[in-house]
Amino acid sequence: MSFTTRGFSGRRRQPETRLPPGQTLVEKWPVLSAGPTPVVDTADWELTIQDETGTDHRWNWDELIALGVEDITVDIHCVTHWSKLGMAWRGVSLDKLFEHVGSRHQYVMAHSHGGYTTNLPLEDLLGGKAWIAIEAEGRPLHPEHGGPARLLVPHLYFWKSAKWIRGLTMMPGNDPGFWERYGYHIHGDPWQEQRYR
Amino acid sequence: MNALHTAAMPDQPRARTAWHTATIVEKLAETPHAVRLTLAAPTWPGSEPGTHLDVRLTAPDGYQASRSYSVASSTPAGNVVLAIDELPDGEVSPFLVQDARPGDQLEIHGPLGSYFTWLPGRSDRPVQLIAGGSGVVPLYAIALAHDAAGDPAHLQLLYSVRTPAEVFFADELAALTGPTFGLDLVYTREAPHDWPDPIGRLTRETLAARTIPASQRPHIYVCGSTGFVETITPWLVDLGHSATDVLTERFGGL
Amino acid sequence: MPRHLDGNALAGVLSEVFTADVTAARARCGNCGNTAPVAEAMVYPDAPGLVARCVRCNHVLAVVVEAGDRLVLSLAGLDTLELRAPRA
Ligand SMILES: [Zn+2]
Repeated sequence: MSFTTRGFSGRRRQPETRLPPGQTLVEKWPVLSAGPTPVVDTADWELTIQDETGTDHRWNWDELIALGVEDITVDIHCVTHWSKLGMAWRGVSLDKLFEHVGSRHQYVMAHSHGGYTTNLPLEDLLGGKAWIAIEAEGRPLHPEHGGPARLLVPHLYFWKSAKWIRGLTMMPGNDPGFWERYGYHIHGDPWQEQRYR
Repeated sequence: MNALHTAAMPDQPRARTAWHTATIVEKLAETPHAVRLTLAAPTWPGSEPGTHLDVRLTAPDGYQASRSYSVASSTPAGNVVLAIDELPDGEVSPFLVQDARPGDQLEIHGPLGSYFTWLPGRSDRPVQLIAGGSGVVPLYAIALAHDAAGDPAHLQLLYSVRTPAEVFFADELAALTGPTFGLDLVYTREAPHDWPDPIGRLTRETLAARTIPASQRPHIYVCGSTGFVETITPWLVDLGHSATDVLTERFGGL
Repeated sequence: MPRHLDGNALAGVLSEVFTADVTAARARCGNCGNTAPVAEAMVYPDAPGLVARCVRCNHVLAVVVEAGDRLVLSLAGLDTLELRAPRA
């Protein structure tokens, strides 16, 4: 790169051991959105996990809460280069939901209100690594941040943590979701900087 | 596009968009939060009034950031004037407003956009420009080109701005007013002490009273924040303007 | 409210792809058939890419991602895109 602008450094690239490569720390929580915010009332809310037989396993809001809400403190890393550290969340572990689902398929497509999708290997959702999050920083999850409920998979780039989650569909292969179709990495591990395909 | 548009187009081809190296030759305070930058860009072909460009900044380690800005003056070739409002959470505008100085180099990509443009001689219908805040920049470029061309079509600018100190191109706009260019200011927070009109957000009634009526079939250009554009545009349609006569540009890059 | 701009914001990145300017091009929505200049689409810039949606039905018309050293463009949501032939 021969061309430079004198005095310009940008606001990226602070060294910080808890930050994956290429990330910068933020205090405010940026709102990222690829479309208008869907309005979803918890009274109508439902989560469906569909297995390969076509069977739908369903939970309404009260049934989800009844599975047990955990406190979670995690760092989140967005592929657009910001990270937010030590965020307090509350949510229901996906282990609790998958206890009720028998499926041989090893991949999952997450579906959101508004049409968004993202793909994940089942192993990234189990073992205490992923939740259906309903609160962040002491408050019910704001609709701009995916409320009433979003997927929370903090060990992967945050586009995997689908906002406005409405269902998971078991898949035999790792088919790409929305951003994965458009050049983003099929897996998205921030520590390996898996941003793009 | 109708036949009138095609027939009235100038015959030289539209300049191919490209990256150009530019040097800041002048930096002036435009408002308390904005600067006017004059750039010398020898390969810049000039641009149609109303277009924008991307500014790209490169750090010594190769990190780049770019943002779009409207071009305030479209001529002559090799010369570009920008007016840049500092956005507190921004990355490019704080650098340009606070740190950049004459002699600094940056890269510009353009000219961009042929939708939100006005060309002299295209139409003899009047033109209504409606600006919110720094959305006045491309509309100023249109007013300047209209004046330079001596275009006989009547041009009217309705400019909604928070305070007198925040008026972009205040002296230049005042100097352009005359038989074929009219300027209407609406102050939303603070006005000069003898200002006769109410202070506050542009209302539908003010819009109706201070713009060219639909019966004269003006071409309308609206530029401002997303909220501004999306408030004004339905009002214009309600006032009887055809939606196809209303061209809009929303801005808001950090 | 998530921020959106309009199709004017696509001019820079799509000038890397098309020889003609796309903001004045007319796009027909693949879902509802609404036909309008690209400049009038709603563009959501605060996302891992630029997402252009139909003003009438909100359908995704186009997605542009600058993926490192590559540019990925999807026009799958568009039925047609009508550009003016560049003048010689
Ligand atoms: Zn549509």
